[in-house]
Amino acid sequence: MRRRLLVVGLGLVFVATYAAAQVGSQSGADKRRSGYRDMGEALQKMQDDDTANPGMLFVQLGSQLWAKPAGVANKSCADCHGADAASMKGVATRYPAIPAGSDRPLDLEGRINLCRTQHQSADPLPPENLDLLALAAFVAHQSRGLPIAPPADPRLEAFRQQGEEIYRRRQGQLNLSCAICHDDNAGKKLAGIVIPEAHPTGYPIYRLEWQALGSLKRRLRNCMVGIRAEAWPLDAPEYTALELYLMERAKGLKLETPAVRP
Amino acid sequence: MRSLVALALALMAGPAAAQQVDPQIVGDSIPRSLTGQPGDATRGRAIVANRSVGLCLLCHSGPIAEERFQGDLAPSLAGAGSRWSEGQLRLRIVDGSRLNADTIMPAYYRTQGLHRVARNFEGRTILTAVQVEDVVAYLVTLRD
Ligand code: HEC
Ligand code: HEC
Repeated sequence: MRRRLLVVGLGLVFVATYAAAQVGSQSGADKRRSGYRDMGEALQKMQDDDTANPGMLFVQLGSQLWAKPAGVANKSCADCHGADAASMKGVATRYPAIPAGSDRPLDLEGRINLCRTQHQSADPLPPENLDLLALAAFVAHQSRGLPIAPPADPRLEAFRQQGEEIYRRRQGQLNLSCAICHDDNAGKKLAGIVIPEAHPTGYPIYRLEWQALGSLKRRLRNCMVGIRAEAWPLDAPEYTALELYLMERAKGLKLETPAVRP
Repeated sequence: MRSLVALALALMAGPAAAQQVDPQIVGDSIPRSLTGQPGDATRGRAIVANRSVGLCLLCHSGPIAEERFQGDLAPSLAGAGSRWSEGQLRLRIVDGSRLNADTIMPAYYRTQGLHRVARNFEGRTILTAVQVEDVVAYLVTLRD
């Protein structure tokens, strides 16, 4: 990583940041920053104020869907998990995870779809489907303020490593890696935009540029398109691998769902 | 990133086709024009200023006042023509990794050694030979 740095002095700063990222919140000098801290005050206020945060509309929609029976089984999420809006507290802090009876990790949307197919006998919802995003926002919102806590499951390690490899590998016509921007140059300006550290703290997010709620996958695809790399299809396992790595890297940072981003 | 996305879309329509010219590297420069012709500095300035064509201002700043959003990942382009000869500038645009293997500056006239290039850019250089010459002609005018 050091070799890629532009300026040695800055290099030291970034190495320190990265080291902090590795030890997580145990370190007294944790310098990691959520993207929240890199956006203007107006957007921070919008995110903080539930009556102004557009993401909250989707959380409300998710709350309705939670209680609505679906599928051949005609069961609602609430029928199994309870109507209480806190029954999913903490769940989003530990995804992606490997569900019982499987050997592959699922992200939160994947887990919701598994409940649809297994317990509701309903069709899985397609990626970026509004109902799916709303349910994910409703579930993840219940972990707002809780630290990201990836599970200790050793089976996840290989997937996480795959994610880190993707993160560090240069790709696309512009021949850049995630690490070049988000480790080595985070905090600097790319065409006037502050490059965030890429912590997945707020997903699904309401992004002003999209005028919509969107998943982490959608965000990752935006970065890939930006460097003119061939994005994987939305259901590809590579996104889950990247998410596993990003969540480990963000371990201990607090969830903000639904976050607002420019 | 917004601009990167916009430019990616913009360029889908008319991306630069790979050229057959083989740039001759001498020391730390490419002394001869890729097209055999001098470039046009006015067009070069427009390419550098345009974040969906040159992409330069994503990373660099430069003496282009009308472009408010400039980058600070790389040295300012101001004075580049005083620091480097025309041939040195040409190699830095064509393939800066020949000088610094770890550079983050994209090679503007190279198609080899890339990974997972989006299908619509596969086999194409970021700029055409003509565009590289225009950019070089502009950079030469940037004197302190
Ligand atoms: C050329 C620089 C660049 C590269 C390469 C890049 N990104 Fe980004 N990324 C950005 C910028 C700039 C933003 C913020 C964009 C905005 O707010 O408009 C961003 C945003 C993000 C975010 C959102 C952070 C938040 O606070 O919600 C994530 C996550 C992310 N990137 C991950 C990645 C991953 C993973 C890769 C590699 C597959 C990658 N990026 C490649 C520049 C880059
Ligand atoms: C993704 C980032 C990036 C982009 C895009 C980019 N550059 Fe660079 N450029 C750099 C970096 C970083 C350096 C510093 C030298 C190095 O790393 O090898 C550099 C160095 C240079 C230099 C030598 C500067 C000096 O005075 O030492 C010139 C000239 C230059 N770039 C011109 C351009 C032009 C013209 C474009 C667009 C056609 C461009 N660059 C696009 C990152 C970039």
